[in-house]
Amino acid sequence: MAHPEQLRPSADVRANSLEMRATNVRKRASWMRRRLLGMIVDAGQGHPGGDLSATEIIASLYFDVLRIDPAAPRAPGRDRFVMSKGHCTGALYSALAGAGFFAEDELDTYLKPLSRLNGHPNRTYLPGVETNTGPLGHGFPVSVGIAVAGQIDGADYRVFVLTGDGELQEGSMWEAAMFAGHRALSNLTVIVDRNRLQQGAGTEETNGLEPLADKWRAFGWDVAEVDGHDVMALLAAFDDATGPRSRPRCIIANTIKGKGVSFMENQAGWHHGVPNAEQYAQALAEMSA
Amino acid sequence: MNAIAASAGLFDCRDTYVRAVQELAETDPRIVAVVNDSVGSSKLGKFRDLFPDRLVNVGIAEQNMVGVGAGLANGGKIPFVSGAGCFLTARAMEQIKVDCAYSHANVKLCGISSGVAYGELGATHHSIEDIAWLRAIDKLTIIVPADPWQTAEAIKAAAAYDGPVYIRISRMPVPELARTDATFAIGKAETLREGGDLAIIANGTLVHHALAAAEALAGEGIAARVVNMATVAPIDEVAIADAAATGAIVTAEEGLAHGGLGGAVAEYCARNAPTRMRMIGFPGFAPTGSADWLMNHFGLSATGIADAARELLGLKAA
Repeated sequence: MAHPEQLRPSADVRANSLEMRATNVRKRASWMRRRLLGMIVDAGQGHPGGDLSATEIIASLYFDVLRIDPAAPRAPGRDRFVMSKGHCTGALYSALAGAGFFAEDELDTYLKPLSRLNGHPNRTYLPGVETNTGPLGHGFPVSVGIAVAGQIDGADYRVFVLTGDGELQEGSMWEAAMFAGHRALSNLTVIVDRNRLQQGAGTEETNGLEPLADKWRAFGWDVAEVDGHDVMALLAAFDDATGPRSRPRCIIANTIKGKGVSFMENQAGWHHGVPNAEQYAQALAEMSA
Repeated sequence: MNAIAASAGLFDCRDTYVRAVQELAETDPRIVAVVNDSVGSSKLGKFRDLFPDRLVNVGIAEQNMVGVGAGLANGGKIPFVSGAGCFLTARAMEQIKVDCAYSHANVKLCGISSGVAYGELGATHHSIEDIAWLRAIDKLTIIVPADPWQTAEAIKAAAAYDGPVYIRISRMPVPELARTDATFAIGKAETLREGGDLAIIANGTLVHHALAAAEALAGEGIAARVVNMATVAPIDEVAIADAAATGAIVTAEEGLAHGGLGGAVAEYCARNAPTRMRMIGFPGFAPTGSADWLMNHFGLSATGIADAARELLGLKAA
């Protein structure tokens, strides 16, 4: 599968107009979608629903927003991205490879014995991973700790963390949200992948999250709501989130679980699942349309 | 070789713990303290006064406390995450496993008021399971210091080591132990008394009781070796092998009788040098009562250790 360019065009791209930046991100997102679905088919396992709902969010971060250098993945001043919804490794790994943290060929080892591409991300295996996640409710508190370190040091790096919406049912998320609000961590941006489905059913029928924006506001956060597949809107929200602020920022990204593959969209059953050959062919056809 | 003479009096190891953290913080800006509304019980009030920006109080939220600790480590800090051992370990177990150990985060977890220090408050507030729980977590260093000197050394060694560490900080009054070789290294036991009839392997608040037991046994012509096994993981297998060579081992710890230090020693012996053992510790949930009463009642005392030794030697002779 062709890959656009190995390295992220960073400074040049950001200097471009929003539309040009969005075009670049969309191209990357489209490549990620096809790549991650192929990985899942090849591995016979994966979480396509949440991978596909998060694709534009992750593509926007890795191919436009984050100030990172794949050649120096632990540089002290780097922006941090924490994948709190750690099960969506198809999207994360394809972005890391696309950004140049490791060779794209390694994506073919996804979930194979001894692969660095573990079912959930592991920082001791793979450059670019900030903390090991998988059980829900872990990455977000860690991202709050990173933001506290940055606050203590007066550092100018920024911390971004992507959570699932079902993940917000974990109590540790609200411990962390409360503390980030209390500390006024203006260097922290959380993105909620609001696809409204969790493993078994809808979030609202399982343990409802609404009114979600009000909850974040009550915890001391600025809140923006965007269409999480509208790259222009995402980039504008990130630009706004990383401007001068006095509070942490929550971007509720309204998304569609399984986005881009008609038979997966809004189906809880595709939280994890593997398309058969016929479904895979249909998915590829839909994604190139 | 630095020798240390025994000091008169009894000490609260929290005092040396905070002093060591403060001294480290004076020269190393990476040192921060993280607490769960436990500034008082962790005795970190002076640290807060000295370094107000470096005392991170997350409130009563242990999961977030440990996660924030891992994040601070990601941001280049060396966090000493301190809270009552019972809550720090049990409430945040998955954070210790995933955010600290599995992620190899440079977090120093300090279990304050460990063991049965909160005797009267009951089993919810006893931290006697912590070592058994944490021993099951790969790549986590576990240290149970015996006295003020060793507490300070453990703090310094933990700060110098790049990786996750759990240190038990007792509030029980203990004496400063006499040493001919005052050096501390993670993973290295110290032999405080030589003896060939049996070995007593203890750590934490039980080490001075083990020495008193050995003294009593000496009066009966029994030569007991006393080993202070401060590091439970990674454990000093050479020291266990040497102890097993005596033919009888008594372990003693302020924790469960199974799964902790005694369990670690037994696992080694069963594999390599089958040895008769007695394991001194609590059999399970302990009732209410002062810490002293609980320790004496369950045989976590010089008398209890000496009795176990005599019983064991009787078995050995049979």
